[in-house]
Amino acid sequence: MPTPEPLSAGQRTLRLTAIALIAGALALAFAASAGWLTPARLTPGRIVDALQGHDGLHPGFRRAHAKGVCVIGEFAGNGAGAALSKAALFAAGARVPVVGRFSTGGGIPDAPDGRVVFHSMALSFTLPDGSQWRTGMNHVPIFPVATPQDFLAFQLATRPAPATGKPDPARVAAYLAAHPETRAFMAWLREHPLPSSFANGTYYSVNAFRFIDAAGTARTVRWRMQPEAPFAELDKATLAQRDADFLFADLATRLRAGPLRWQLIVTLAGPGDAGNDATRPWPADRRELTLGTLTLERATLEDDGPCRDLTFDPLILPAGIAASDDPLLAARSAAYARSFTRRAGEPAPRSALARDPSFRETVR
Amino acid sequence: MNARPASFHPYARLLHWSMAILIVAMLFVGVGMASTVSPLRQTLLALHRPLGLALLVLVALRLAVRLRHRPPPLPAALPAWQRHAAGASHGLLYGLMFALPLVGWAMLSAGDYPLTLAPGLTLPPIVPRDAALYALRRRAHTALALLLFGTVLLHLAAALQHAWLRRDGVMASMAPWRRRPGQSG
Ligand code: HEM
Ligand code: HEM
Ligand code: HEM
Repeated sequence: MPTPEPLSAGQRTLRLTAIALIAGALALAFAASAGWLTPARLTPGRIVDALQGHDGLHPGFRRAHAKGVCVIGEFAGNGAGAALSKAALFAAGARVPVVGRFSTGGGIPDAPDGRVVFHSMALSFTLPDGSQWRTGMNHVPIFPVATPQDFLAFQLATRPAPATGKPDPARVAAYLAAHPETRAFMAWLREHPLPSSFANGTYYSVNAFRFIDAAGTARTVRWRMQPEAPFAELDKATLAQRDADFLFADLATRLRAGPLRWQLIVTLAGPGDAGNDATRPWPADRRELTLGTLTLERATLEDDGPCRDLTFDPLILPAGIAASDDPLLAARSAAYARSFTRRAGEPAPRSALARDPSFRETVR
Repeated sequence: MNARPASFHPYARLLHWSMAILIVAMLFVGVGMASTVSPLRQTLLALHRPLGLALLVLVALRLAVRLRHRPPPLPAALPAWQRHAAGASHGLLYGLMFALPLVGWAMLSAGDYPLTLAPGLTLPPIVPRDAALYALRRRAHTALALLLFGTVLLHLAAALQHAWLRRDGVMASMAPWRRRPGQSG
């Protein structure tokens, strides 16, 4: 091979500089994509840090809805949903297995049940083709914030001060003054009774989603699980005197006596109903359809149950159900993944329910 | 001894450059989606998983091409340490091109994330469900991706050094265009 002309010292320096600049530019662009140059970027890690800052770090447990129990059952579609969504579980006669989790809100795994917090139901349906539908639902139909930015601001504003163990009233007031939607949420919590049992609660998707039918038509919907058990009210005045695990023990006792059922109901958005704002309820007269029945058969401790080592990421969806443009959804998906990675990497201590001998009796 | 060709087989070159673009894109997409809570994350994730699995198929193909068609020798004038460094870094690149998609798939399997690529197409898990191994593999996916990016940067700098300083035909041996007869690059 002919030897190329030797380079002058100047040419060498120029070419070396060009190589360094090209490699440096690529590295810089990479750092920019990763957000390393913009510490203000709202990352999933910052959201989960805020949850930990709010309720303390409890290794091995979910960073939100830390206290829970697993349930197992099935869903039977009645065929009415087939016109709205091609998801196989809505076909007439469809039956799919379900793994679920009941939980109370907050990141403290040992918290007593007698608090005014979310009562929640999370479900994972496994469809015949192996795809899944996961959903986490609350007993309150609206959420306190509409965006991930506000979620962070709300967590930070209501974080307990180290000195008092209570949120700083001035910060809370400043936050609330700027957030009428959070005030509306708090008013809802004050004005509405808490269900007396997990079994007679209604659980709402809160976020909107889209149902896609066989022809590809998409409709904005919300859903809820409506219990067969008649509603009864929890006496808020005596909450603090209740046993620490009374809600979970009640659920397990009822399941021992027999299965519990809920109807899955979808609400179709009407004209002008926002699909991107989880703080706003839709009018009560919207068209609704009952799509099938959820039957829960038994409860197990999460310690050795099927619901702990997965996350109820609301964007794990089968064909026929898709995300809406609600900005909370992607943030939930990202934060659940981050919380899951953190807790799964930590040794898992026994849950509060596993340490409660009387509760253990009820799930045996 | 077989005569060694002056340049990489056209298939090897086609695979090298198409995969180079896709892998660099995957690295950028990966760190972008993992660091945001915006809806962009979902769009990127929907791209990342199928593209990553396609790259797994491509690297297997590429290895087959490489085993069938010997690569051209490095210039004899190259110091031995650079020859070894080139060999080791290519080995590392191959290892990472296999490891990243496999770790990606294995971490989702262990974390009980269904891997649904298209309606009706859900890939089976390749390892049993195990939360601790999910966490480990999720972190390994990040660490290996950063190692891959660092290695690609060095590889790029070394290739440009061959092209602009040594001008010894190494770049031309991988160049995507056809070399004219007698041209040494
Ligand atoms: C941006 C807003 C939200 C953030 C950042 C957030 C964050 C979290 C996190 C980190 C977890 C723990 C996940 C895990 O470790 O597996 C969780 C669980 C949960 N979240 Fe949210 N959440 C948000 C909005 C909502 C909304 C709107 C609902 C209501 C429908 C909801 C209902 C639930 C439920 C039911 C669980 C428990 C699921 C289970 O039992 O595993 N979240 N949330
Ligand atoms: C970014 C620009 C890139 C340039 C300028 C470049 C250039 C080159 C050159 C000139 C060679 C031939 C080296 C020799 O003769 O031994 C080569 C080989 C190789 N490159 Fe790259 N490359 C780039 C990106 C990548 C990327 C992103 C990867 C994979 C992650 C990669 C993987 C390889 C491998 C494994 C070989 C060994 C040959 C083979 O079996 O394919 N390259 N590259
Ligand atoms: C060449 C192949 C691949 C490359 C170069 C790559 C690269 C990356 C990078 C750089 C990240 C960001 C890591 C972080 O910042 O923490 C990432 C995240 C991720 N990758 Fe990959 N990846 C590849 C293949 C795959 C495959 C095949 C899958 C799954 C089938 C996958 C699934 C994921 C997931 C789920 C995340 C995390 C997203 C999150 O929760 O934030 N990757 N990947």
